[in-house]
Amino acid sequence: MTADPVPGFRYIAKKRRPKEDRRFLVGGGRFVADLALPGMLHVALVASPYPSARIRSIEAGAALALPGVKAVVTGDELARAVDPLYSGLDIPKVRRYPMAVGMARYVGEWVVAVVAETRAIAEDAAELVQVEYEPLPHAGDPEEAMLPDAPLVHPEHGSNVLYRRQFVWGPVDADFAAAKHQVSFRARWHRSATVPLETFGVIASWSQAAGLLDVWASIQMPKFPEQVARALRLPGNAVRAHFDVDVGGSYGVKRGIKHSVLAGYLARTLGRPVRLIEDRLENMRGGDAHGPDRIFDVSIAFEDDGTVRSLRIRAIDDVGAYAGRAPLQLGKPIGAIVGPYRIGSVAYEPVSVTTNKTVQEAVRGFGQSPTNFAIETAMDRAARHLGMDRIELRRRNLLRKDEFPYTIPSGSTYDSGDYHVVLDKALEAANYGELVARREAARGHGQLAGIGISCCLEPSGGNSAFEPLFNPKNETTTWMESCQIKIDLTGSITAAMGTSSAGQGHETLLATVVAEILERDPDTIRVVHADSLTALPSNSPVGSRMAIMLGGAAAGAARKLKTRLVTIAAHNLNLPPEALAYRDGSVAALDDPGRALSWDQLVEIAHRKFHLLPPEAEPGLQASHVWEVPTGGGLPTPDGRIQMYPCYSFECHVVYAEIDRVSGRVDLRKYVVGHDCGVMINPDIVHGMTYGGIAHGIGAALYERFAYDETGQLVSGSFMDYLIPSSHEVPDIEIVDHCTPSPLTTFGQKGSGEAGYLGAPAAIASAVNDALAPLGLQIATLPMSMAAIGDLLATKDAAR
Amino acid sequence: MSLHEITLTVNSAVHRGLVPARLSLVDFLREGLLLTGTHAGCEHGVCGACSILLDGVPMRSCLLFAVQADGCAITTVEGLAPGPEGLSVLQDSFWETHALQCGFCTPGMLIAAQALLQSTLTPSDEEIREAIGGNLCRCTGYKQIVDAVKLAADRLRGSNRAEGGVQP
Ligand code: FES
Ligand code: FES
Repeated sequence: MTADPVPGFRYIAKKRRPKEDRRFLVGGGRFVADLALPGMLHVALVASPYPSARIRSIEAGAALALPGVKAVVTGDELARAVDPLYSGLDIPKVRRYPMAVGMARYVGEWVVAVVAETRAIAEDAAELVQVEYEPLPHAGDPEEAMLPDAPLVHPEHGSNVLYRRQFVWGPVDADFAAAKHQVSFRARWHRSATVPLETFGVIASWSQAAGLLDVWASIQMPKFPEQVARALRLPGNAVRAHFDVDVGGSYGVKRGIKHSVLAGYLARTLGRPVRLIEDRLENMRGGDAHGPDRIFDVSIAFEDDGTVRSLRIRAIDDVGAYAGRAPLQLGKPIGAIVGPYRIGSVAYEPVSVTTNKTVQEAVRGFGQSPTNFAIETAMDRAARHLGMDRIELRRRNLLRKDEFPYTIPSGSTYDSGDYHVVLDKALEAANYGELVARREAARGHGQLAGIGISCCLEPSGGNSAFEPLFNPKNETTTWMESCQIKIDLTGSITAAMGTSSAGQGHETLLATVVAEILERDPDTIRVVHADSLTALPSNSPVGSRMAIMLGGAAAGAARKLKTRLVTIAAHNLNLPPEALAYRDGSVAALDDPGRALSWDQLVEIAHRKFHLLPPEAEPGLQASHVWEVPTGGGLPTPDGRIQMYPCYSFECHVVYAEIDRVSGRVDLRKYVVGHDCGVMINPDIVHGMTYGGIAHGIGAALYERFAYDETGQLVSGSFMDYLIPSSHEVPDIEIVDHCTPSPLTTFGQKGSGEAGYLGAPAAIASAVNDALAPLGLQIATLPMSMAAIGDLLATKDAAR
Repeated sequence: MSLHEITLTVNSAVHRGLVPARLSLVDFLREGLLLTGTHAGCEHGVCGACSILLDGVPMRSCLLFAVQADGCAITTVEGLAPGPEGLSVLQDSFWETHALQCGFCTPGMLIAAQALLQSTLTPSDEEIREAIGGNLCRCTGYKQIVDAVKLAADRLRGSNRAEGGVQP
């Protein structure tokens, strides 16, 4: 699907082969597992087999006796040397260390680290470590974990509730009382995650002479080097994170603080570089990279004509055994808690519960996709209650183009949107009338067929406004991004970013933006990932922010350079800058194009001819720009209103599905998404992430689940039972673009890194429920696996 | 642990190695021969990131021991391009359609697609999806990969196949 042409740009919004693709195509990626340092040691981990157990004793003699084994380190030893990991919340008694200290709190939690000359030896030795456990009762179900007599995951904290607050924005009770109708339901989003194909890995190397820890990691984490340094009790400038490591997928979860702190400690104590690369089981069980696990209790109040008045949402999230970033994932959706709709009041009660399960991390959308699923299910239920068409009900509540900027009850202002047009475009591309006919024909043949619809927002330009909202002691309002650019003596341009990439195409983004401003060929621009000591501050590619924030930082730095080039030309041409035109890197007099200085001449002056520089001018050609998230910087009001992310992308999914009556298998036969993320810097990259986000959403909707049995064991710890959609399950998806520029960003761009994932689960659930409607059945639990649907159909058959 | 001498051809170069019996082929390629283009995503045979061509047939190098490859000819992603400078038609087509993001599954995808194009230059969408059906990609949703393989097949059909066949 080609993008709508955006006039006025030379490189932006045009098809261009992404810069970074080439190296991956020849096997030239540089992933952490591809790196090797001389004398490097390897780590294997002994993991807890119990969901909750006191660690009575650890016997490491046999392991240490194995030739090639260098060290066996316990959680107690580590905890003496490092500080607890940072959570951002006010829960001082919930201490988290890289390994279990005294007590193991979930199956797979690291208990002992074994370091050896090779990974194979380390694994052999890990099997020889004897740990004596005293199993304890465990907390499994999150609601039971909130009961007074539940086993406590962190007894010192005194409760399994890590965070709970009742937000009320607007006259919710009055609106519910006045509304003609209301519907209440429970929706369940079971635990899944992004599960990148590359597991997490880190190499740490300590130089005693320099007092410096070098870290190479497959990382996507704001403030990663600082957090590692703090935990290791080192100054920030004693940790150098190398961001030029290619990250093999992340989509939020590659946080790896505990891995990196452990590897850093081992490297420092052993005096040798240490590598810790998770194997797949370690990744899925002990990698602390699970995602949201939520129970939603939702009520929606509405009128005869479908107008929605108010919404009540309670979200209980089972975060697992430690806080991680998970509780804050209940905070981000506050920035779009009414979705794309005009809803006058909302009550929201986020509840974060700890249980004896693997720890959650940030997952694509930071909690928004489950919330979108809850909101969209409410819209479908309201329509069904009224007997109204689901699309018509949405149309009546969607914000109109002329209502922006629009402030929602929870305090965020949406920047821009054109929701009705995107919806219409998606319906047209899906050939909606024909889809309805197809569904009716299928039903006529006794088949289960349904059409799904969802209209969802992608808040983008990520900041951290949920931190002060959830923890008044945490006044983080700055969430900047930076770019440095230099033009060297040969006239070549190099742009530097201060974070790593995991497939989002940041090198292409930077090159395109810098080329656009400086009017130079993007292919000639080099983009590097500076290390953390060289780079300016970055908050990493979280919250769908890089097109906005890195793009904006790059544009700012490039504009400064352009101004400098014009200033140098003005000085040498004896003309005021206003009398000059910058074109393709040369600067010429507006009224006399022959009176000009070329790019090469300007570069030469800047680098070698100080006598030709304007007085006070800095020699060379370099500039940097650091900027704060637009609209950011505010603290919450006492009733919890705050501007969350600045920009709002919109997506509308239309899905046609058929369900096999015997197996319960859902087959997606048609998939169209209308998508508006403002100006796309590189349409192929945006489309790619959107297709991928939908594939991921299909997984969350139908297949993927980190399931636990009653004894607290994870029963889906491999790709045999945690099912990632393949090319068979993901249909041929059609994207329809629309462009409503954001007024807040440099080029009108909005975020798109979470696109597709934010609306796919809701749309698929909608299709499944439409298919089940003729049977009088409904389901609001994800994933809607074959087993779950099969069981539901069986209840019908049994009743018959 | 017993050591075994093996001789195998990888990307047209002959290699000899002394390997422990339990060494997997993927580890041998990556750590022994420093061919790190082949990736290990799951090491239990599901993801396909470790795919290589073994005597022309796509195989999972995490499920093979290095000793089992004794006497075989292997092609890895590093061996697909016609030379150090260029890209194969298939690789170039992946670039044209942006059939990758993080690049972790890409070597395995290229191997799977290569095997398909060696058997047919007129694959249907279904055949392409079948051919890459054992290779997981978490980034792309497969669409641009299917487009890339179609594009490569188109280009290869259009090229001169008079002598020596066509190298995808
Ligand atoms: S690593 Fe071999 S199939 Fe996954
Ligand atoms: S490109 Fe990242 S897994 Fe396929």
